[in-house]
Amino acid sequence: MSMTIRPEFEQVLEPLSDIRTERSLPLAQRLWQQAIVRKAAIVALLAALWEVAARITDNDLLLPTFSQTTRAFGADLLSGELIGKAGISVALLLQGYLLGAALAFLLTALAVSTRFGRDLLSTLTSMFNPLPAIALLPLALLWFGLGKLSLIFVLVHSVLWPLALATYAGFQGVPETLRMGGRNYGLRGLRYVVLILVPSALPAILSGLRIGWAFAWRTLIAAELFFGASSGKGGLGWYIFQNRNELYTDKVFAGLISVVLIGLLVETLVFDSLERVTVRRWGTQR
Amino acid sequence: MSAQAQRLMSPAASPHVRLVPQAEAASLVQVEGVSLEYATHEHIVRATHRVSFEVRQGERFVLLGPSGCGKSSLLKAIGGFISPSEGRIMLDGVAVHEPGPDRMVVFQEFDQLPPWKTVLDNVMFPLLASRRLARAEARERAADMLTKVGLADFANAYPHTLSGGMKQRVAIARALAMQPKVLLMDEPFAALDALTRRRMQEELLTLWEEAKVTLLFVTHSIEEALVVGDRILLLSPHPGRVRAELNAHQFDLQNLGSPEFQVQAQRIHRLLFDDEART
Repeated sequence: MSMTIRPEFEQVLEPLSDIRTERSLPLAQRLWQQAIVRKAAIVALLAALWEVAARITDNDLLLPTFSQTTRAFGADLLSGELIGKAGISVALLLQGYLLGAALAFLLTALAVSTRFGRDLLSTLTSMFNPLPAIALLPLALLWFGLGKLSLIFVLVHSVLWPLALATYAGFQGVPETLRMGGRNYGLRGLRYVVLILVPSALPAILSGLRIGWAFAWRTLIAAELFFGASSGKGGLGWYIFQNRNELYTDKVFAGLISVVLIGLLVETLVFDSLERVTVRRWGTQR
Repeated sequence: MSAQAQRLMSPAASPHVRLVPQAEAASLVQVEGVSLEYATHEHIVRATHRVSFEVRQGERFVLLGPSGCGKSSLLKAIGGFISPSEGRIMLDGVAVHEPGPDRMVVFQEFDQLPPWKTVLDNVMFPLLASRRLARAEARERAADMLTKVGLADFANAYPHTLSGGMKQRVAIARALAMQPKVLLMDEPFAALDALTRRRMQEELLTLWEEAKVTLLFVTHSIEEALVVGDRILLLSPHPGRVRAELNAHQFDLQNLGSPEFQVQAQRIHRLLFDDEART
């Protein structure tokens, strides 16, 4: 093989001005990019399947159709009954949830600053996290009576442990460089936790808050099936229970749908937006 | 060999002298017989053994050595993150006990910038966290510093959108904005590509000339040590001990290929590898 030396060259580069660097996608593709459109398609598909299944079964008492349920849901929504019940449930839920979250923050802040706090957290979570909140309800009723306090007690229990675990795991995952950076600026104690650890661990904390929310919601509905919210004024769980007793199966489904809808609303409106303006914007979560 | 003798041996100064007159410069950091140890599960490992050196005001002092010689640990000890098991570290006549904003650290890792803060907020963060300046003044100084490192256009960008070199520039701007007594740099350019690294070394020298900050720089690159430093402390591996202290003020990026540069580089090479042959 002969080795010929190829000539060298240099060239002057003109600025690129006539080339478009951006093109827009077709409308259908852009719509499908929206998560909400894809999710709505899934829900529509499920509703259609339900309708077909209910028509095949043809038994209103066991499985009312989707349209019947929608009608019952619409009627009770308009009469204000569902909104009232949901309001009672959500108000109670928020109280328990916020209290539980505050306690979880305290416990984890203690756990990152002292060795005793760390042992306290790990012992308490491994003891109480596996314990279903509902199992504590009989005890709570004994202590706090038939009312709001008992429900808040089980709600706190259902939020506190999973959230504390997630937050603590998040704190432990904070990169060493960031920690040293924070100490370099002279940050200590609570300021260190709030300015360095919490924002850095936010992806884990947010997922803990989501899990805590789901647990709390579940616990509340289950607890309300026992005895309503506070004496005489029941929430959504009570609404479901009562309608089952009276064999209004379509209303039972309407109650279940309300539970699902509120869950979805909070997921997308609260948690997804929170994620969008924080961890996604910062690039710490995709 | 005394430091004086070594200074006589080093090649003649080039026209690009950045040397602070040695007689006038005051001693800023004193490291006196410092041994550093760290504990693994089974052993206590000695990282450095009775290391002593002195950094003068306005100097660019480089800690150079093979990996595992404890140079990063020494820097962290001066930063106050590790306390020595033996000896002491003095800054401006006061013993170092804990981290503080008078010794700003630039790390090698790109994740040293809090991802939840924009570039501008990142530079302002230590100024506010240490309560040095009020918000308005901090903003002004941070914007000023960002202009100096050429990132004024990225003030409102989040760190994850920047390249590695830009992140390191932000970290340097953040440290310099604090006007620290000494700027500690722990292999700040080691994770950068070769071309960016060269640019950053040049920019660092320009910034140093403007800010007249005392610089303590850790590296494992002989070339980088000669270019960035004006004085080099050579550490032996496992545990780190002082092997030599050399001058490098006569070298910069302009005379990188010069015979004098090669001679000094080969001398360092010999000092490092003789050690390795012996152990």
